[in-house]
Amino acid sequence: MEAKRINPNIDRSEKVITIRGLRKAFDDFEVLRGVDLDLFKGENLVVLGRSGTGKSVLIKIISGLLQADEGTVNVLGQDVGGLKPREMDALRLKIGFSFQNSALYDSMTVRENLEFPLERHAKHMTVAEREDTIQYVLEAVGLLQAINQMPSELSGGQRKRIGIARTLILKPDIMLYDEPTAGLDPITCIEINSLINEVQEKFNTSSIIITHDLTCARAVGDRIVMLLDGQFQREGTFDEVFESNDERVQSFYNYNFID
Amino acid sequence: MDLDKNKPGASPARRRYVTTRRLDRIFVELANVYRFNARFFKEVWFPPYELREVIRQCYEIGVRSLPLISLTGFIIGIVFTNQSRPSLADFGATSLLPALISVAIIRAIGPLVTALIAAGRVGSAIGAELGSMRVTEQIDAMEVSATNPFKFLVVTRVLASTLMIPALTMFTTLVSLLGGYLNVHQNELTSLSVFFYQVFDAITFLDIIASSVKSVIFGFTIGMVGCYKGYNSSKGTEGVGKAANSSVVTAMFLIFIEELLIMQVINTIRAF
Repeated sequence: MEAKRINPNIDRSEKVITIRGLRKAFDDFEVLRGVDLDLFKGENLVVLGRSGTGKSVLIKIISGLLQADEGTVNVLGQDVGGLKPREMDALRLKIGFSFQNSALYDSMTVRENLEFPLERHAKHMTVAEREDTIQYVLEAVGLLQAINQMPSELSGGQRKRIGIARTLILKPDIMLYDEPTAGLDPITCIEINSLINEVQEKFNTSSIIITHDLTCARAVGDRIVMLLDGQFQREGTFDEVFESNDERVQSFYNYNFID
Repeated sequence: MDLDKNKPGASPARRRYVTTRRLDRIFVELANVYRFNARFFKEVWFPPYELREVIRQCYEIGVRSLPLISLTGFIIGIVFTNQSRPSLADFGATSLLPALISVAIIRAIGPLVTALIAAGRVGSAIGAELGSMRVTEQIDAMEVSATNPFKFLVVTRVLASTLMIPALTMFTTLVSLLGGYLNVHQNELTSLSVFFYQVFDAITFLDIIASSVKSVIFGFTIGMVGCYKGYNSSKGTEGVGKAANSSVVTAMFLIFIEELLIMQVINTIRAF
C-alpha cells in the first residue's frame, strides 16, 4: 500500500473550512459532540471513522444539507448557518459533493447529467463551450467514451467517476467525497484514489474525504483525522494517527488488514 | 416505539400517552402537507420556470396515458350504455339514452374515471420516481449543485398533472361518448348527428365548466399527493414502494371526497 507523497501545494496560512464546537443529534443520539476542524487550501483531509460515527453528517452540514445544532461552520469565509438560501446557493457552486452512491440522475444520459449544472449556472456559455467543458471533465476522469450512456449501463467505478466529473464541471474550490471507494473492487479503488489525487493537482481543489478504507486514506490523505465517539481523537499523517495505543484505533487498523 | 395501545396489560396512562402521540403525528403531518402546498404556491410564480421539464412531464403524464385512458373510456361508454338500456326500455324511453349517457359521462364518469386511472398510473409513477430519487440521494445532489429540487421536480410535475388531467378528461369523455354511440347505433340505429345533437341538448354550459374545474382539481391533487409522498419518502427501497402505494391510495381517497364536495357546490349553483 503506497502512501501519498508530500503535497507542495498546501497553503497552511489559508483556511478554506473552519469548524468550531460542532454538535449534531438525531432524536436522543448525539453523533457529533463538539467537533473542531480546519481544512487548509490545497489540502486533502481524510476523515476516518466507523460507520454511524457522523462522518457523512459532517460534510452534509458543511454543504448545508443538514443544519448543525450548535457550533460554527465557516466555508470560504462565510458562516454556513447564517446564510440566506440565495447566498447558500452561491456558496454551493464553490463546493463539489461526490456522493457515496454517485447520485447520478438516472433518467438522464451521462451528457445530460453533466449538462444539468451547466445549463443552470453557466448560462453565459455557448453550446460549443458547454460541449468542450463536458468533454474536458470526462477526459479528466477517463470516461469520454461513456458520454451517451445511461447511468444504469455503467459499472460502480464508472458511476463514481462520472459523479466526480459532474461535481468538477463547475470548477469548485472545495471537494467533499463521501466514501469514494465504498463497494468497489481493489483495482477500481486504486483508480479512484489516483483520480482524487489528480483532481487535487489538476483543479487545485481542497478536499475532505470521508472513508473507512485505510488504503484510500493512506493513498490520498495529506492529513488524517479520526472520528471516535463524536469527536476527533487523533490527527496527523497516516503513520502518526496509527501510532496510538488506543484500542479503538488499533482495532480499526487491524480490521482493515493493511500491510 | 411500539404504539399498540390495545396491547394486553397497557395501563390507562400509557393508552393516553399513545393516543396523544398518534394525534401529535397527525397534526405534524397536516402541518407538513400545508407547508408543502404553500411552498408550491410560493415557488410556482418565480423563475427559473423549468419549461422544458414541464413539457417533458406533460408528455409523460398526458401522451403516455392516452392508450390506457382511451381503452378504458371506450369500454365504459359501451358498458354504461348497455347496462342503462333495460331500465329505460321498461318505460319505453330508450330514445333518451344519448341524453342519459351525456349527463352521466360529462358530469361525473368522465372526470372521475380519468382521475382514478391517472391516480393509479401517474400518481404511483411520480411517487416511485421521486421516492427513488430521495433514497439514492439524487435530490440531495441537485440541492448541493445549487439547483432547487422542489422547483425542478415538484413544481413541474404538479403543473403538468394539473394541465394534462383536464385534457385527458376531455378526451376520455369524447371516447366514452363514441363508445356509447356505437352501442346505441347498433341497437337503436341512431345516426351520429342525431346522437350528438341529443348529447349536447341535454347538457348545459355549467356542466362543462364544472367538469373542467373538477378535473383541474383532480389533476392538482394527483400531482401534489404523488410529489409529497415521493419527495418525503424514507427508509430505503421499502420507502419507495410505500410512497408509490400511498400516493395512489391517498389520491383516490381525496378524489372521491373532492367529487362529493364539488357535486354539492355545483348542485347548489344549479339550484339558483
